[in-house]
Amino acid sequence: MWRYIVRRLLILPILLFGVSILIFSMLQLLSPYERASLYVSDISKNPGAIDAIVRKYGLDDPVWLQYWHWLVGQRDPVTGQVAGGVLRGDLGFSKTGKQAVVKVIAQHFPATVELVLWSSVPMIFVGIQLGVLAALHQNKWIDQLVRLVAIIGYSIPIFVFGLLVLMVFYAQLDWFPAGRLSDWASRVVLSPEFHPYTGLNTLDGLLNLRFDVFVDALRHIVLPAVTLAYLNGALILRVTRTSMLEVLRQDYVTTARSKGLSEGAVISRHAQPNAMIPVATIGGLLLIGFLNGAVITETVFNYRGMGWFFADAALHLDVVAVLGFALFNATLLVLGNLVVDVMYAWFDPRVRLA
Amino acid sequence: MNTTVAPALPARQEIETPRSRSWIGAWKVAKRLLTNPASLLGVLLILMFAGVAIAAPILAPPANARQPYLIPRDGFAPEPRPPSLKHPFGTSEGQYDIYYGVIWGTRTAFQVGLIITGCTAVIGLLVGSIAGFYGGWLDEILMRVVEIFIAFPFLMAAITMAAVLQSKIGRGLTVSMIALIAFGWTTYARLIRGDILSVKQRDYVLAARAIGVRDLRIIVRHVLPNAIYPTLVVASMDVGTYVISFAGLSFLGLGAEVGYADWGQLISFARNWIPTLSRHWYIVVYPGVAILLFVLSWNLLGDAFRDILDPRMRRPR
Repeated sequence: MWRYIVRRLLILPILLFGVSILIFSMLQLLSPYERASLYVSDISKNPGAIDAIVRKYGLDDPVWLQYWHWLVGQRDPVTGQVAGGVLRGDLGFSKTGKQAVVKVIAQHFPATVELVLWSSVPMIFVGIQLGVLAALHQNKWIDQLVRLVAIIGYSIPIFVFGLLVLMVFYAQLDWFPAGRLSDWASRVVLSPEFHPYTGLNTLDGLLNLRFDVFVDALRHIVLPAVTLAYLNGALILRVTRTSMLEVLRQDYVTTARSKGLSEGAVISRHAQPNAMIPVATIGGLLLIGFLNGAVITETVFNYRGMGWFFADAALHLDVVAVLGFALFNATLLVLGNLVVDVMYAWFDPRVRLA
Repeated sequence: MNTTVAPALPARQEIETPRSRSWIGAWKVAKRLLTNPASLLGVLLILMFAGVAIAAPILAPPANARQPYLIPRDGFAPEPRPPSLKHPFGTSEGQYDIYYGVIWGTRTAFQVGLIITGCTAVIGLLVGSIAGFYGGWLDEILMRVVEIFIAFPFLMAAITMAAVLQSKIGRGLTVSMIALIAFGWTTYARLIRGDILSVKQRDYVLAARAIGVRDLRIIVRHVLPNAIYPTLVVASMDVGTYVISFAGLSFLGLGAEVGYADWGQLISFARNWIPTLSRHWYIVVYPGVAILLFVLSWNLLGDAFRDILDPRMRRPR
């Protein structure tokens, strides 16, 4: 077990190095002038001033030197202040966010976490139950229905589903609004009496005992959460069904049945726990699904989280911000995958030996 | 590479491979695809879309024959207009004819899906074959490169790449297709590599090696034909997936130009009319249904394909 974890940890720096090289190469496609916003917040239109910045930060230096500066930052010879440096947590300045990319990420990250939490927890539960249900009734009408729901789930683009949902529940019925909070609720959240402990509006609403804020935040999060959940849940449903079908054919299930155990006990104690092992492998895939899905879902619902900002920055060709976000998300995904793999190895000893 | 080769063997002699049998297999697969109701529906839908794509100039005659992919406009009024005799599916924001966009968008969808899938498959095939067949440090390096590309969430990576390329060369179909290809090939590289690793040890490949058949010939004639079916399953599903991803880029404003006959671009007009969507439903529903059915057809085909090729998925006992 420990050898496996150590091996995975040793690959980690290589992987992150590769990721940084890839991001840096994309940055190199930009002109030195565009890259100036890696170090400076407001770039004047004056050509002389821009040239001075390019010289000061060595934006026309040899590539390897620029890479080094991009990683660790540069010290201003006059003021002694260090600017830039990805390893220092400085990803440059965003022209759409009008501040440092890291600040923009910090600002929008809680909203996305909140959305993913409200979406993934019910989704995992419902997806697994439906998958098991379908497998137990293989080729019956209930299985066909569940499969139809699933196949539509991964055939419909997230924005089409989102717009249809908005059409019915917002434009027609007016049950759930778009956005993240109503105006009055955002004023409450931004007021000094309200402590933003976590940045998750629903949770903060509860912690501040402002249940009206909680309800308002929840009403805004329902539609995007359902959208994200449906499209990712289709995957978890399919994997659960396949895996359950396979497990039901194993000898130990037959043995359990021939011992005279009730069908319920066979399913819940012998079959289902084993069928969950392959489902755990798609943890990484789900994380990707949520990160990708958040970009479009948040844009459709005007829910201002990381994905919304990312799409907005990309549309306005704010490349430094886009690459900063990409680097952040790739790191998040690499670490997330590591956690998933280690957990998987923990549950299933066969993985460690491979 | 061929260390086991004795120099004076009759290399011309053909080795018995399951290749001749694989054609019979292909016939059987085709027959089962056409008898399964789900995949039959998929095949029929694909044929229907292909028919629409081919007949596009008849179904929706272009106003300007030189640029048929530009959706004709009926005035410039911002508010969408409901379906009428002149515009069967209504007009979108800026009076773009939705019917025309849906019909010609079929061609765009085929282009985008097939070209991206084709390119990613070829790149993945090359990388995967080389890595799987030669193994060793080459395999090690190539697989690390694959892992680096996989470290990025696919759509985000494609959006990033599209934004970078667009800031250099401007908006267009090609730019976003390149972005999707750049991060899409890794699936195939991994898949083919795995297949080759398992096929490589089979007797007929070892035999071919023993009589001194060249590496390339072994890969092309003996290894790939036997690793092709799993790739086909993924490829048929990928056509749909790439059409969705591309539509996503277009929707965000990073794909086809404004006014280009592309379903995602057409739907992106709806972003400004969300509060009144119950009145302007046609700007989402028509292109939305088109894209859903198109992707669904490829997924039905891929799903059935996989069930046929994976004997474990048949009825128990």
